[in-house]
Amino acid sequence: MRISLTVNGTAHQDDVEPRQLLVYYLRETLGLTGTNVGCDTSTCGACTVLVDGRSVKSCTMLAVQADGRDVATIEGMAKNGELHALQQAFHEHHGLQCGYCTPGMIMAADSLIREHPEGLDEQGVRMGLEGNLCRCTGYQNIVTAVLAAAEAMNGRAPAAAPAGGEA
Amino acid sequence: MAVAAKYVGTSVPRKEDPELLTGQAKYTDDFVVPGMLHMIVVRSPFAHARIGSVDVSKALAMDGVVAAFSGEDLAGDWAGPLLMAWAVTDDIHNPPHWPLTKDKARYQGDGVAVVVAESRAAATDGAEAVDVEYQALDAVVDMDAALADGAPLVHEDFGTNASYTWTLTNGEVDKVFAEAPVVVKERYVIQRAIPNAIEPRAILVQPNTAMGDFTMWSATQIPHIVKVAMTLGLGISESKLRVIAPRVGGGFGAKLQVYAEEMLALALAKRLGRPIKWVEERSENYLASHHGRDQIQEVELAADADGRIHGYRMKILANMGGYLMIITPGTPLLGAFLYCGCYGGEAYHFECTGVFTNTTPTDAYRGAGRPEATYAIERAIDALGRRVGKDAIAIRRLNFIPAFNEPTPMPGGLMLDSGDYDATLDQALELIGYDDLRAEQQARRERGDPKQLGIGFSTYLEMCGLAPSRVLSALKYAAGGWDAATIRLSPTGKVTVVVGTSPHGQGHATTFSQIAADDLGISVDDIEVVHGDTMLAPLGMDTYGSRSLAIGGVAVHRAAEKLVAKAKKIAAHELEVAEEDLDYEGGTFSVKGAPDKARTVAALAFSAWTAHNLPDGMEPGFEETAVYDPANFVFPYGAHICAVEVDTETGEVKVAKYVAVDDVGLVINPQIVEGQVVGGVIQGIAEALLEEAVYDENGQLLSSSMTNYEIPAASDVPSITIGRGPGLPSNSNELGVKGVGETGTIASPPAVLNAVIDALSVYGITDIGRPVTPERVWRAIRDAKGGAQ
Amino acid sequence: MIPAAFDYERADSVEAAVQLLSQHGDEAKLLAGGHSLLPLMKLRLARPSVLVDIDRIDGLSSVRDTGDALEIGALARIGDLAEDATLKEHCGILAYACGQVGDPQVRHRATLGGSVSHGDPASDPPSVLLALDATFVARGPGGERTVAASDFFTGLFETALAPDEMLTAVRVPKLGAGSGWSYQKFHRRQIDWALVGVAAVVQRDDGHIGSARIGLTNMGLTPLRAPGVEQALAGADASDAAALASAAEHAPEGTSPPSDTNGSAEYRRELSKVLVRRAVQEALAS
Repeated sequence: MRISLTVNGTAHQDDVEPRQLLVYYLRETLGLTGTNVGCDTSTCGACTVLVDGRSVKSCTMLAVQADGRDVATIEGMAKNGELHALQQAFHEHHGLQCGYCTPGMIMAADSLIREHPEGLDEQGVRMGLEGNLCRCTGYQNIVTAVLAAAEAMNGRAPAAAPAGGEA
Repeated sequence: MAVAAKYVGTSVPRKEDPELLTGQAKYTDDFVVPGMLHMIVVRSPFAHARIGSVDVSKALAMDGVVAAFSGEDLAGDWAGPLLMAWAVTDDIHNPPHWPLTKDKARYQGDGVAVVVAESRAAATDGAEAVDVEYQALDAVVDMDAALADGAPLVHEDFGTNASYTWTLTNGEVDKVFAEAPVVVKERYVIQRAIPNAIEPRAILVQPNTAMGDFTMWSATQIPHIVKVAMTLGLGISESKLRVIAPRVGGGFGAKLQVYAEEMLALALAKRLGRPIKWVEERSENYLASHHGRDQIQEVELAADADGRIHGYRMKILANMGGYLMIITPGTPLLGAFLYCGCYGGEAYHFECTGVFTNTTPTDAYRGAGRPEATYAIERAIDALGRRVGKDAIAIRRLNFIPAFNEPTPMPGGLMLDSGDYDATLDQALELIGYDDLRAEQQARRERGDPKQLGIGFSTYLEMCGLAPSRVLSALKYAAGGWDAATIRLSPTGKVTVVVGTSPHGQGHATTFSQIAADDLGISVDDIEVVHGDTMLAPLGMDTYGSRSLAIGGVAVHRAAEKLVAKAKKIAAHELEVAEEDLDYEGGTFSVKGAPDKARTVAALAFSAWTAHNLPDGMEPGFEETAVYDPANFVFPYGAHICAVEVDTETGEVKVAKYVAVDDVGLVINPQIVEGQVVGGVIQGIAEALLEEAVYDENGQLLSSSMTNYEIPAASDVPSITIGRGPGLPSNSNELGVKGVGETGTIASPPAVLNAVIDALSVYGITDIGRPVTPERVWRAIRDAKGGAQ
Repeated sequence: MIPAAFDYERADSVEAAVQLLSQHGDEAKLLAGGHSLLPLMKLRLARPSVLVDIDRIDGLSSVRDTGDALEIGALARIGDLAEDATLKEHCGILAYACGQVGDPQVRHRATLGGSVSHGDPASDPPSVLLALDATFVARGPGGERTVAASDFFTGLFETALAPDEMLTAVRVPKLGAGSGWSYQKFHRRQIDWALVGVAAVVQRDDGHIGSARIGLTNMGLTPLRAPGVEQALAGADASDAAALASAAEHAPEGTSPPSDTNGSAEYRRELSKVLVRRAVQEALAS
């Protein structure tokens, strides 16, 4: 079936098998391998992308369902060589180790932050990222990074980091 | 350090991040080569079954399917079975383990056939069409059942399901136990865990048919060992195989392995002359990648009436699963010396029996052997405290080996490097606000609050930096424990550091750059670290066992020192002074008393390249290699304190506060170290409260996907507070570094369990199984109150 | 990970969807958000030969105020319902329960109609709809019909919908000033299905409980009501903690909860008592 969609601002038209999952369309048809696959049960969130601005698990959406939609992936986050606020915050706060969950985590966080213009606290970030698994970081630095990015994206000064920390 | 530290000890932002943050990093599945075929392994749905006919004809007739083979079809392709590198005893039962089984399936997921096709989808369809005739056999899952008379045998030839029994005895154990006024005996069960790196395994093999050589990309922790194993398994010359571990999405031990699929992909690339890709699916990972832990421990402490420990006696059953993989039998022994924790005593006995069952093979999982040991001793010392009427703090302080800063013996028979166990405990008590917590606990007890508070301790000791090669030899491990680094300066003073460790999230590029940058006086931004490629880095022993910094990092330092020594000779020659007349600081040699007469390392690298004016006999070029084999392990230690809130009505346990104080010696990059600690602690908390691989009695894995194997998300775990303790440098290496990759998973489970038991002590409860599920808590309380109504 | 091959049809109206269902019979499955169906298809536990994509049908995703009730389009996203101002105001329990489903990414895609039609007893919205005495609106070749919640869930992954019927809307009553509600979801991880969930809708009547409707999640083959609890609570003194606790003891009556790796049936029965008590207490306090 022929689909037309926009990915990271670029229009694409492709013939796809109905059973092709969006994540494989992105990875194998378009070569956008930043979006990863970590499970087969819609659990881990490594494949999270934005469809019409909202986070979805691209392993649980058919490419044909994305026909006519606007898709955003990790490759589209940095603009003109400048890291997105989330990417910058993950870097500064060591919110990644192996990096495999990171693209999905950042896309989920981007959606979360934009859904909460009123701001987020630690608990809000933790609950908002319930659909993304990370095995390396223990999440603490991810939460710190997302809180910092949320403030940056909403034009406010950084809020307090999680209650833990180093003594 | 030879020179003032500019980078070491500072949180240099990670050099490896930019490509990971932008989606440009290439993991194995991201590589695509022309003509690539996709491989799918057909797996036994039965845990124990005799294999009859394997009919691949229907698969071969399907669109896109290129080839399909049974185990029998490929039997002639192997020069040897899968590598098992740790025959821990001379009489170990070690069955041959072929990439596809021919006779019997010995666990659910054992590979019986393989299909390759032009696309992932076609291969999946083809695998479904393979007809395998199975004759189901009785399965054995439980270790006690496996050792009972008449049990179904996983490997009939051995006549038993026992693989080996390994023992270690120091001192007069029986005498100490016979004479001790207090003997505490406990039994603990360590559940089976599934490591769950978020990147599943993946392999791509590209053959060059004209030259007969192969490139293998694999999501592995151990490209160097995989290369040797492939040579042994397929009879391909090592010089014809290049193994690359590109970016690797976590390992946690599960990628410290040589897997059937690596052998299969290589064999099929050789047979078919086309590139072969295999990508593991998650549910497949749960069956086909190795599991971890799974022990039954009988733990005995002999003490005097005050609670001072004199003897340790440990009897362990360790579940091997269906086969022995690379270090399956040795994994429990990595903890063999540590069942005394950081406590003293004169007598020590450890005995471990490996048991075959119809389950996925076990092997290293973050901590490998040491979490098991730590769990046993840290639970048992609380039991001892209860027996002699001492609280968790007093019983520990009584038994701590006193602070030391030079090699010091311990009951397990090792020589410790440095430690101050009271100091880390003191800091942890302060950070968690201990007195306030106890007051809150008391208040809740008095008012009968349904949510009770508990406080648990783990003052752990671990051994890492695997390992001195001679020690490994004594333990019958088949390889060495050294590692290597090569440092090369280009004519323009840019640095390439080539290392034999193979990171998958640990930040080696940053940490090793910091070491080299300080040694050479060059900016970290001018250093590139190359790793995970057996062609670019032929010498290496890879990454596991918290070894990379304590071995590989020291190799980097030594290679840098060799370069500095060479540079010094050139500098002395150019400046026409004796080497003794030169000072070296911040990458610059200057003449004593005439600081304007100077040469930088970068400039000297240029001199070494032009070779216009080198000292007589000196070879041109500016590259040095160091191979470092440690004389001893390193011994991180610390104190973890966990406070839990237990809902006594539902059984739910929540970690309310967690403090981890870890002394890991000299810290190169605090931010990276902190990240390792937090990640490890949360993984350990998950092991204590959430994660368990559950089989039914037929060997069917019930916790079969991420939907019911309970890996926590951010919403399910707390933030923790960490401290660094006194920071005593290790004296096992000249950098003073220890290791930090596993401290968290080693230390945290007993802290959590002890906290739960402390909370439930109001009911007289002294034991509970792990993971501490709500149901286990509910049952413990119900049973303590007098059983089911 | 890759579903078995299927034919894909897109319906742009309910009529077209029903027509396609009639044409393909049992072989066809409706696809809306896909978050119940696609995970099964990826593991090849479901392999329909035709998918009828109804996700783009207009007019089925809003919450309409119809006076004393709300009508929710079957294609309303679970995540939108969790935040929907009208739903929060008049039927807060359903909005809250929608917020408990899956995770944000799942809620962005999953639809109320899909969740309900899947007939999963472990899903959160069905037991809430049962406690609300909701009405389900279905369209088939013979036109529209309504099904009471009590008749809708007929078995494990089975509903009263015929193979050629499509759920188009769910009607829920507005909860008046005198009612309180609570949804207690007990699970080990946030992302997990409920080990046990309890929906309580309580009508307060001058210090007493006028009526109580209790829905149970994952306590049997279908979402269940807890009639024993409801009867015991009717007329009870709202401040009598012992009476509430004693009523909650009826929670597991007539249930047949599953045993799985997260908990045994026995534990679930006990848990249901605690959660019913807490739900009623919270509903009364709300």
